[in-house]
Amino acid sequence: MKFLDEYRQSDNIRKIATEIRKVTTKPWTLMEVCGGQTHAIVKNRLDQLLPKELELVHGPGCPVCVTPLEMVDRAIAIASIPEVIFCSFGDMLRVPGSESDLLAVKARGGDVRIVYSPLQAVQIAEQNPSREVVFFAVGFETTAAANAIAASQALHKALDNFSMLVSQFLVTPAIDSICSSPESRVQAFLAAGHVCSITGYERYLPLVQRHHIPIVVTGFEPLDILEGILMCISQLEQGAYRVQNQYLRAVEQAGNRQAQELIRRVFKVSAQQWRGVGWIPQSGLVFNDAFAALDAKSKFDLIRISTAECHQCISGEIMLGQKKPKDCPHFGKGCRPEQPLGAPMVSSEGACSAYYRYSQQEKPREHPVSVAHKNG
Amino acid sequence: MNIQCPLPTKTDEIVKLGHGSGGEMTQRLLKNYIQPLFNNSWVSQAHDSATLPWDADRLVFTTDSFVITPLFFPGGNIGELAVYGTVNDLAMGGAEAKFLSCGLILEEGLPLAILERVLISMAEAASKTGVKLVTGDTKVVERGKGDGIYINTSGVGVLESNQSIDPSRIRSGDLILLSGDIGRHGISIMASREGLEFESSLASDCAPLNGAVSKLLRAGVEIHCLRDLTRGGLATALVELAESSNRSFVLEESSIPISEAVQGACEILGLDPLYVANEGRFVAIIPESASELAIATLRETDVGTSCEIIGRVEGEGYAQVILRNSLGCDRLLQRLPGEQLPRIC
Repeated sequence: MKFLDEYRQSDNIRKIATEIRKVTTKPWTLMEVCGGQTHAIVKNRLDQLLPKELELVHGPGCPVCVTPLEMVDRAIAIASIPEVIFCSFGDMLRVPGSESDLLAVKARGGDVRIVYSPLQAVQIAEQNPSREVVFFAVGFETTAAANAIAASQALHKALDNFSMLVSQFLVTPAIDSICSSPESRVQAFLAAGHVCSITGYERYLPLVQRHHIPIVVTGFEPLDILEGILMCISQLEQGAYRVQNQYLRAVEQAGNRQAQELIRRVFKVSAQQWRGVGWIPQSGLVFNDAFAALDAKSKFDLIRISTAECHQCISGEIMLGQKKPKDCPHFGKGCRPEQPLGAPMVSSEGACSAYYRYSQQEKPREHPVSVAHKNG
Repeated sequence: MNIQCPLPTKTDEIVKLGHGSGGEMTQRLLKNYIQPLFNNSWVSQAHDSATLPWDADRLVFTTDSFVITPLFFPGGNIGELAVYGTVNDLAMGGAEAKFLSCGLILEEGLPLAILERVLISMAEAASKTGVKLVTGDTKVVERGKGDGIYINTSGVGVLESNQSIDPSRIRSGDLILLSGDIGRHGISIMASREGLEFESSLASDCAPLNGAVSKLLRAGVEIHCLRDLTRGGLATALVELAESSNRSFVLEESSIPISEAVQGACEILGLDPLYVANEGRFVAIIPESASELAIATLRETDVGTSCEIIGRVEGEGYAQVILRNSLGCDRLLQRLPGEQLPRIC
């Protein structure tokens, strides 16, 4: 498949892996910011190709995982109201709130619908004027633009039965916060390519100068990730710290200005709570005044909902790269995909889900593996 | 006073609760719609049960229920699915399907024209697979309490050969033969359900597998085990077989055929094609010595033109399925905790 196969081609991947082993002389710790990158690494077992000196830790780049418990509880409360049609991306349905999840609300008769775009939710609102339609707007800058379009459409069409439960995050302040933390072991970042296709990477320039840390904008295919790692290690070995763009086919320095303008028209920057991490200043988006009527938080009386985070789940430490899923005493025991303690175990970009699904240890086999059989 | 129920005579009529009452309306439904299509000497006995001939040593019996939205999808519909599904389950035991029952649960308000299309499709599927629909039942549920039509089919078949085909016969060193490319059914259902449009047309792989199995058996291919891939896809079927046989399966990822359309849709939606549903694909676990004949034979059938050996059964004592990628790196395949859900970005 064009634009994919060439980045999964095993000869090229092996070549870059060899190059990485050649240039690595010291132990280094790199953070892949996006959960999609974590999944690509673990699913393709790229870790098996890398030198032992190199440690990869996961970042906070999974919007499902960082959505605070309180927000999930709000979503569940709204979805449980009989006249509401609650629309969400599929990922959020299994995320545990304090007592339930959206799939359970659906099973009990709530009208919870999976949509593939926020515009579908707007359409549902148009088709169901007597029902309240709420879209769970979760995501980073990548989804913010589409959510902004949905909000603009709803306002333009004067749909008073449509609102959005906004849980939007901004990546750069989170990286800044990790760099500033004295506990951080991260020495270089693989920044999330998809987010940068919207934002560009100008915002990383001051971060690199302030923290003396290399940041490489990186894609999601095996070859992208290994190239990003090679760029990071090469900088680290030379004592350099620059912003580099590995994901040239999708990202420009200035980003997508049209999308940025759309986001600015609908949202304003505010402090945001990250699940397991806490409040990070200037790290979220909320509706600006012109769109306030679309805010599901004020439309539905949810002030009483205030939930403390689950103390057993160490998702915060995992998403800050301080711990790995297997460091958690509950991993694979009390916390499993069918019975999760936290979102990282069920999100399609969650680090715990990646480790649970793809990196279970295989057991010894009687015979050496050889499946070299050729079909006729 | 003479109260007459309106009886279905026109194609624009709908299913009403009375059609499940067991009374006159039920009779008319049977006479006008079901009996003409499922026409054979057992149905015309019009008895509560069908008396069947039995001259085989061993009968094979199975049942399956079909609940699917939409009822009609690219490449098939609930009617043929209900016939093929049960015929295929019997074929996986090495049995030739002989007789099927048909339990219909209809939702009040269903246009009879739609019911008729489904029944015609069932009759055609039965004729294509050489199975007889010999007994059945019809119930009607109130509007809003069903999805148009639910169908249950149970089937009996007779073993086609003396080979015993079951997971206990899986041996280390056996090869895993996959009958064709995977994921077409699940992706085309999802696309038609959600109104997703893809550039290339994609149709369900819904198909009868009994012909291919018969052909393998008649050619004298030694088969240790067969399994059709349905919900849960290839990965789930192989995990189940690894567990039943308590052996390690090792698969070569690059040898698993997946069409570009399915691969592309899975990339967009964040789904793993190894877990996407199929309705016309199966795996055969065969000894290595049988592989050439098996491949040559299967490739001559409609459903097996793109069959491939995708892996091998390794040591005993550990039930696991290992997927080896083109880089030579391994990962374990496991059951999914629930259904696959499309991702955010």
